[in-house]
Amino acid sequence: MKRLTSLIRKEFYHIFRDKRTLLILFGMPVVQILLFGYAITNEIKDAHIAILDQSHDEVSRRLADKLVASGYFLPDGQAESIDDVEQLFREGRIKMAVVVEPDFADKLQHEGKASVQLLADATDPNMANTLVNYATAIIQNFQLELNQPGQPPILVGAEVRLQYNPSLKGVFLFVPGLITILLMLVSAMMTSISIAREKETGTMEVLLASPMNPGQVIIAKVVPYFSLAFLDAVVVLLLGRYVFGVPIMGSVPLLLAEIMLFIIMALSLGILISTVAQTQQTALLLSLMGLMLPTILLSGFIFPIENMPLPLQIISHIIPARWFIVIEKAIMLKGVGIAYFWKETLILIGFTVFFIGMSIKKFNVRLG
Amino acid sequence: MSSSIIEVENLTKRFGTFKAVDSISLEVKQGEIFGFLGANGAGKTTAMKMLSGLLSPTSGKAMVAGFDVFKQQNQIKKSIGYMSQRFSLYDDLTIKENIRFYGGIYGLKRKQWKEKGERLIKRLGLDEVEGKLLKDLPLGWKQKLAFSIAILHDPKIVFLDEPTGGVDPITRRQFWEMIYEAAHDGITVFVTTHYMDEAEYCDRISMMVDGRVEAYDTPEGLKKKYGVKTMNEVFIKVARP
Repeated sequence: MKRLTSLIRKEFYHIFRDKRTLLILFGMPVVQILLFGYAITNEIKDAHIAILDQSHDEVSRRLADKLVASGYFLPDGQAESIDDVEQLFREGRIKMAVVVEPDFADKLQHEGKASVQLLADATDPNMANTLVNYATAIIQNFQLELNQPGQPPILVGAEVRLQYNPSLKGVFLFVPGLITILLMLVSAMMTSISIAREKETGTMEVLLASPMNPGQVIIAKVVPYFSLAFLDAVVVLLLGRYVFGVPIMGSVPLLLAEIMLFIIMALSLGILISTVAQTQQTALLLSLMGLMLPTILLSGFIFPIENMPLPLQIISHIIPARWFIVIEKAIMLKGVGIAYFWKETLILIGFTVFFIGMSIKKFNVRLG
Repeated sequence: MSSSIIEVENLTKRFGTFKAVDSISLEVKQGEIFGFLGANGAGKTTAMKMLSGLLSPTSGKAMVAGFDVFKQQNQIKKSIGYMSQRFSLYDDLTIKENIRFYGGIYGLKRKQWKEKGERLIKRLGLDEVEGKLLKDLPLGWKQKLAFSIAILHDPKIVFLDEPTGGVDPITRRQFWEMIYEAAHDGITVFVTTHYMDEAEYCDRISMMVDGRVEAYDTPEGLKKKYGVKTMNEVFIKVARP
């Protein structure tokens, strides 16, 4: 045990004396979440919209005025028909269109309800979501004003239609996605590089010639990165929660437990890489090409898996991050429990067992 | 002085069909400096890895410090010191931290490594730089430090794999003085080298060619046997018959 602490202490020296390592460990999470966060949650002001008033009555005009008066929206372009709206969207002049149905005031008066359609350009899903939320809130407010006590209730239905990307993938996904990438980076990449460095400098040989057995050497390598990766995940969660209001609807302990599982999975992957890579360069290259790119591109973090061509969808099944993101989303955004993602959890455990098994096999072959 | 500490009999290591070490036999006596010579790729490093418990042999017999290389690799590791071909300390640790680290993994108590470390630093004259990172030291000093640390835990045998590669002649000389000192203290030194003048410093040597031990005697004996004046000539005669 005392020997193990000597090894672990040494690993921490390595980490805290290497400025680049420190930067990756602590600078990157903060910078990335701020970048992602601010790029995505830019405050809406003067968003260009079109108002297609098919009713031209006093109530519909009041509604239009109210929208404009909010300061969030700026009417742009003349829309006389739904085709004009389509044209304005294509030209990229507007982010949202408000379509008031014909006979708006009439319907309100006689049927007690009328509807407004909100069309938003969802190629920028977050922007679309925010615009629609703002507009809906204003319309609801408007509805409250119309309702007079003692009269039959009036209902203004806001009918939302998101153009181009109807299911709004990507919103709030940046925190789960970012955690996934960081954990991969810290756990898999840094560990494999750190082990490869010992091989490259020849110190691994000395360690193996010492009374420490290979298992202890590996555990000592892994402990610091495990704790630092976990710390990173917590930092991102906290920043997401308190700077950007990304919710954690579900159980926090469960989320942390799943994060630990994913870290262990990534660490075992890092160890597997290091059994193959003899130099830091190879380890870096393998981690970047083999881990980071697929994790970023194929996990559903940036590009929705449903929209990928079938071969890539199939490949995405062997990307551990894909399953982890499902788990994170389920806990953080949907607030559901393990019953909804025990399958994904089992898959991650399966990956872990597989990677550790492979590493042991490779290691034994090498020692022959 | 005459009891043997390493006994090797028909030791073989096969990688697939390739015999890296082909049935070698030799004996190293306690306290002697044993030179393990051979051209590149002759199987020196493989043989040494087997003797130091890093690699399992395919067949044969070998006892190191009284332990079997097949079954007692862990006991062997505890009783030996090892210094690899490449420089084997950590560049981003200070001298003190390196000492503490190696003391730690060999299970030395805090008091032990502190005491030994201080003595070592004094002897090498490193007092003023003990808190410096190792990368700021010249290679020769690092090499001497690496050797001192390899014998910090008082091993019975120390394995040195081409320890003087890339250092200047003066440092090499000083390095060999340290080896003599260690041998004088009763530590058996098992050293591989490319430098034939270093071979002259050894009590006895063996020369490996293509996985086999082709020559095995004292330097004097070998020179006499091949009728030449220097070890260099012996090497050429043995390696290219």
